[in-house]
Amino acid sequence: MTPLLEIKDLHASVGDTPILKGINLTINHGEIHAIMGPNGSGKSTMSYVLSGRDGYEVTGGDVLMNGQSILEMEADERARAGMFLAFQYPVELPGVAGMSFLRAAVNARRLDKGEDEIDQLEFVKMVRAKAKDLSIDDEMLKRAVNVGFSGGEKKRYEILQMALLEPQLAVLDETDSGLDVDALKIVSEGVNMLRDANRSMLVITHYQRLLNHIVPDYVHILANGKIRRSGGKELALEVEESGYAGIDDAA
Amino acid sequence: MAATIETIETLEQATGKYKYGFVTDIESDKAPKGLNEDIIRFISAKKDEPEWMLEWRLKAFAVWQKMDSPDWAKLDIPPIDYQDAYYYAAPKTSDGPASLDEVDPELLRTYEKLGIPISEQKLLAGVVAVDAVFDSVSVATTFRDELAKAGVIFCPISEAIREYPDLIKTYMGSVVPVADNYFSALNAAVFTDGSFVYIPKGVRCPMELSTYFRINEQNTGQFERTLIIAEDSSYVSYLEGCTAPQRDENQLHAAVVELVAMQDAEIKYSTVQNWYPGDENGKGGIYNFVTKRGACRGDRSKISWTQVETGSAITWKYPSCILQGKDSVGEFYSVALTNNFQQADTGTKMIHIGEGSRSTIISKGISAGQSQNCYRGLVRIQPGAENARNFTQCDSLLVGDRCGAHTVPYIVSRNPSAKIEHEATTSRISEDQLFYCLQRGISEEDAVSLIVNGFCKEVMKELPMEFAVEAQKLIGISLEGSVG
Repeated sequence: MTPLLEIKDLHASVGDTPILKGINLTINHGEIHAIMGPNGSGKSTMSYVLSGRDGYEVTGGDVLMNGQSILEMEADERARAGMFLAFQYPVELPGVAGMSFLRAAVNARRLDKGEDEIDQLEFVKMVRAKAKDLSIDDEMLKRAVNVGFSGGEKKRYEILQMALLEPQLAVLDETDSGLDVDALKIVSEGVNMLRDANRSMLVITHYQRLLNHIVPDYVHILANGKIRRSGGKELALEVEESGYAGIDDAA
Repeated sequence: MAATIETIETLEQATGKYKYGFVTDIESDKAPKGLNEDIIRFISAKKDEPEWMLEWRLKAFAVWQKMDSPDWAKLDIPPIDYQDAYYYAAPKTSDGPASLDEVDPELLRTYEKLGIPISEQKLLAGVVAVDAVFDSVSVATTFRDELAKAGVIFCPISEAIREYPDLIKTYMGSVVPVADNYFSALNAAVFTDGSFVYIPKGVRCPMELSTYFRINEQNTGQFERTLIIAEDSSYVSYLEGCTAPQRDENQLHAAVVELVAMQDAEIKYSTVQNWYPGDENGKGGIYNFVTKRGACRGDRSKISWTQVETGSAITWKYPSCILQGKDSVGEFYSVALTNNFQQADTGTKMIHIGEGSRSTIISKGISAGQSQNCYRGLVRIQPGAENARNFTQCDSLLVGDRCGAHTVPYIVSRNPSAKIEHEATTSRISEDQLFYCLQRGISEEDAVSLIVNGFCKEVMKELPMEFAVEAQKLIGISLEGSVG
């Protein structure tokens, strides 16, 4: 079976500064991979390069999704093709009603597939059901996107979007940052509910604690723009104990 | 926003970018080109006007000839040759709207294409009554019988001049005097049609009233005049929409709207202005030079202006309120969107005369392409306006880096008890916001439309429901080509 995602010798720069220096990674359907690394190792850059953000220039290598290169695709096309990024810092959209925003995203996918727009009533029911699992109440759904949300609310809202959009590949960028223990638990449970044989995830994190809740199949250590070590979930514990120091040399 | 995508696609297939750019092929009766006393006599005769109206027009013409075109706005207006235009054009078959059965089917088809319901039987519950003005004449006014039962008069102004001369003599020119400005004087001389509304004492108008203006003929100006009178304790909500064919030359639209609200009366006036804005290189488009003003004459009266301005090559427009009555209320909610080479200089004047008068100004300007968008507003507190209050909020949003947003607020307070607040912001759509939407699969154009509609939300919610949906789509369409 063709892997869901293949990253081949990926090089990328921001401005004139090379950040990714030859990443190789293969993610099969249904697998959860964790990327860990120190600050400045290129973790967030990787999430932006994969999702096609402007200003992140690929200077070499390729990224294939289901065997097709996605580098020529715009960010919105990649999203509709099944790529989802849960943002480390979700963006506020003042005045944009949450429901309108969510419906626009869902309908963009449906129209791409040649389906009709979703029925309004059916949509509201669907959102409410999924929101309930994430302890998101109606009042929060009525607010403008991310405006006035607490850190925890923003992250739950990201996972709600993921649940609605049902991506093939979800990239979770430091989803644990700014969360207290209770919020972390709700968010992780939300993510775990979305695990299935067809959905893969790339969990980017600085700390091991998230991986106690979202247990990965594989762990990779990113440092200075390259994956320096790969292993099973026990690698995360090892890093937790000995830190990132010395990882560079291990490559 | 999938509905927007659909609309945009349909439109592009139909007529390129401007949906209403088609021309109706209908024979028309025109006055000769040019502007002089004979033309004014011709218009007056065509309208079968009484002598006093003709005299009023001729006086206005004499005043206009001595005036200069205003140049204080932040607008670059090419010289206008007033002799090179037609001042009267009417569909040949229409002598005025006797009944809908007599309206030329070609005209009915035009309004159908524009989405304006002027065939009554097609409406389910009669929520909106429409006066349709085509070039210089009103071609249809719907639901007149039903309105008459409530005592409401809703008819073309040309008819009101013949049928209700006392009301016209009392009120016309009483809010916007003939010599108020260059364009109001021009309008007074050559105005051809428009709507007249009279709501008697204590009557709540049973449906929304609406006028739909359409310029069809080439080289014609449209000079309509609207007068709305709301007697004590009455209420009316009035909507106005406008479109014109797509043409390479500029056309002038100089309207005058006067509102009068007596004690405890309320007038809500909403506009969705979508005159042809010109093409992406700035060629063609309507010059929209409009004087709109309301007088809150009675105590506790209220006038509320809501406008969504997306069309016209140049807009010069300041819907205002004269707050004479004690505790009277003036409101101005505005969205002005400019793209490509459009220019807009728009805002309001709130003149506080009455004790305890209050006003609110919410202005949202969006500039895209290489357009220039200016908010210009005056809040004036007169000495007698004890405890007057004003709140003003002016927000500008920039799309791209070649457009301009300007805010010019004037505040004059001559009473120390007045409270005046002014808030202003200028922002641009951030790359973060765009990427967030894109990453959810929303196309760039839909994302901009979504963000801009969010920015305008406070104003949009003031529009009557059926207009709000239309206006939202219009904003998406008007922003086309502003990104990427």
